[in-house]
Amino acid sequence: MTDAIALPDGALDLNLDEFTGDYPIKVHGLKNAFGDQVIHDGLDLEVRKGEILGVVGGSGTGKSVLMRSIIGLQIPVEGDIEVLGRSITGAQEDDDIDIRSRWGVLFQGGALFSTLTVAENVEVPLKEFFPEISPELMHEIARYKVVLSGLPEGATAKYPAELSGGMKKRAGLARALALDPELLFLDEPTAGLDPIGAAAFDSLIVELKQALELTVFLITHDLDTLYEICDRIAVLADGKVIAVGTIPELLATDHPWIQEYFNGPRGRAAKDTKDRLDAGRAQVATAKAVDSTAWAKA
Amino acid sequence: MRALADYTLEPGADGAATLAFRGPMVVWGVGPMDRKLRALQDKIAKVDLTGVECMDTVGAWTAWRVARDNQAEIVGGTPEANKLIEAVKASAGKGEIRPSRGSIVERVPETVGMMVSGLGQGTLAVIEFLGTIVMAIGTVFRHPRRFRTKALIHQVELVGVSSLGIIGLMSFLIGIVVAQQGAVQLQQFGAEIYTINLTGRLCMRELGVLMTAIMVAGRSGSAFAAQIGTMKLTEEVDAMRTIGVSPIEALVLPRILAAVLMMPLLGFYSAVVAIVGGAFVGNFALDIPFWTFLARIQEVVPIHDVWVALVKAPVFGLIIGLAGCYQGMQVKANAEEVGLRTTSAVVMAIFMVIVLDAFFAVFFTKVGWA
Repeated sequence: MTDAIALPDGALDLNLDEFTGDYPIKVHGLKNAFGDQVIHDGLDLEVRKGEILGVVGGSGTGKSVLMRSIIGLQIPVEGDIEVLGRSITGAQEDDDIDIRSRWGVLFQGGALFSTLTVAENVEVPLKEFFPEISPELMHEIARYKVVLSGLPEGATAKYPAELSGGMKKRAGLARALALDPELLFLDEPTAGLDPIGAAAFDSLIVELKQALELTVFLITHDLDTLYEICDRIAVLADGKVIAVGTIPELLATDHPWIQEYFNGPRGRAAKDTKDRLDAGRAQVATAKAVDSTAWAKA
Repeated sequence: MRALADYTLEPGADGAATLAFRGPMVVWGVGPMDRKLRALQDKIAKVDLTGVECMDTVGAWTAWRVARDNQAEIVGGTPEANKLIEAVKASAGKGEIRPSRGSIVERVPETVGMMVSGLGQGTLAVIEFLGTIVMAIGTVFRHPRRFRTKALIHQVELVGVSSLGIIGLMSFLIGIVVAQQGAVQLQQFGAEIYTINLTGRLCMRELGVLMTAIMVAGRSGSAFAAQIGTMKLTEEVDAMRTIGVSPIEALVLPRILAAVLMMPLLGFYSAVVAIVGGAFVGNFALDIPFWTFLARIQEVVPIHDVWVALVKAPVFGLIIGLAGCYQGMQVKANAEEVGLRTTSAVVMAIFMVIVLDAFFAVFFTKVGWA
C-alpha cells in the first residue's frame, strides 16, 4: 500500500451525515408577503423521501416562491422550513452550506452562467464544494453528466447563448445533478419543450430518480408530467396547500379548482394518454420479460 | 471529518492485480483517492467493489474508468451499483470543456487583425447609426405624433434634473480649487485681482462644459448603454420591432435629445456655480467681497465665452448620447457584454469629448473669439 488517503488543505469540512428521516422537506406555518400582498399564509407541506412531488396551482399562487423559500433564497415572514433535518429559516448565509451540496436546483430558464461553457457550468458546484477532485476527474464528470442529461457530447464546449431553450434546460439539469444530490428542485422543467422533448425529459427524471434515489420537488403545469411521473401532487391555492395526494385522491375531493384542473379538456386528454400508455406497457410486459438493467437513454 | 474512499491492490498470479475499493464511493469521498489512482502504474485485471459502502455516479465513473483503461472486469458490485455503472458507461463523452484556441503565435496576429478591422467597421457602424438617427428625426418631423414626448420628459428628468445636485457640488469645489490655486500663483506678481478673470473665463469657457460632459457621460451615457443593452438581451427591443415601434424612435431618440438639450443648461449652471465657488474663496482668502467678485465677472468675462460654451455643450451631449445608445444597441450575447459595452460607451464618450474640445479651443481662437 502507498501512503494513506487524506483530504488536502483547503477541502471543506462538510457535514454529510446520512439523512434517516422520512420527510427530507418539512414546511410548517409558512407565511410569505411582498409588501401588502400576502403570497402564503399558514402553508404546511411535507415531502416524502424518494418521491416525486408535483406542485401545481394557478398563476401567482406562489409555487416558485415556495421553492425559493425552501432553498433559502426567500426569507419568509413567518414559519419553519426544515430540509434534510436542518432548519433553513434560522440559518445564516454560511450555516447551511453543507445542505447546499446535497440539493440541485433547475431554474425556469436554466439560469446558466453565461460566461462559462456548459461543461464549466457543471464544474462550478464541484469546484466549489469538492476542490480536492483532480481536474481530469472533474472534466470526466462534466462530460458524462452532460450526456446523462440528454445533450449531445459536443455540447460541453458550447456557451449558453449558443443553446436552444430545451438544451439550456438540459444543461441546467446537468448542473443541478453535478453533485449527485439527494434533493432535486425543478421549476417547470418541461415548459417550452416540444412534446417529444418533454416526454423524454420526464422519463429522464424518473430514471435518474430511480438510479440515484432522488427526492424530487417539481413545479409544473404539464398535465402529462403529473400523470406520468409524479407520485403525489400538492395543490396550492389561497396561500395554502389545499390538498396533497395521488391524482385519484385529489379527484375524490370536491374543490372546484382541482375538479376543473384535472377534469378540464386538457386534464382528460392527459389521463387518456396515460391510460393508453399503461395498456400498451402491460402488453409489452407480458409479451417479453423487461430487462431491468436496461438504461433507456433520453 | 468526513470518511474517504480508498483501495487496496492485491497482486495476482500473472502479474495482473486485483484492485479492491472500499469506503464511500461518492462525490465527497473519491477526490483524494482518484488522484492516487491516476498515478498508479500496475496492471489491473479485476476491480472488486465488495467493500464499497455506498455509491453514486461519480464513484461509478471512477470504478468504470479504471476498468476501462485496464480492460479489467468489475466484480462484487450490488445491483444498484451495476446499474449506475451501466448508466455512466452509456453516457461517457469525449467533448471539449471549452472551445479550443490556437497557439499564441496564431492568436496574437489574429487578435491584432480583428482589432484593426473592428476599428474600421466600428467607425462605419457609428456613422451608419448616426444616419439612422437623422432619418428617424426626419420621420418624426413628418409625423409629429410619433414623437415620444413622455419618454423625452422622463429622460430630461434623469439626465438633467436629477444630476443638478452632484454637478453643482462638483462645480462649486472646482471653482474653489481654481480660484485658490490661481490666487497663490498670481499673488507672486501682486496680481491677485486677476483671480477673477482666471476663474470666470476658465470656468465659463472650458471647465464648466467639460466637467459636466464627463459627469453626464459617467452618469447618463453608461445608463443608456446598460438600459438598452439589457433590453436587447431580454428581447424587448425585438418585441418592439414586431409591434411596429421603432426602437430608434422610442429608445434612442429621446435619450440623445435629452442629452443634447440638457448639456447646455447643465454646462451653464456648472459654470455659474463654479464662479460662485471662486467668489467664496475671494471673499474669505483674498479680501475681495463676494458681490464685488461677481460684479467684476460681468466686466472681465466677454459674452462670446458664454457662446463658446453653449455651442460646445450640445455637441458633447450628442456624442455622449450617441456613444451610450450605440453601444447599448450592439449588445448581443450575454450579461458580461452589457458591462463591457457600458464601459466602452463611457470611455468612447469622454475621449471624443476631449478630442473635440481641443478642436473647438483652436477653432474659436482662430475665428476671433479669443
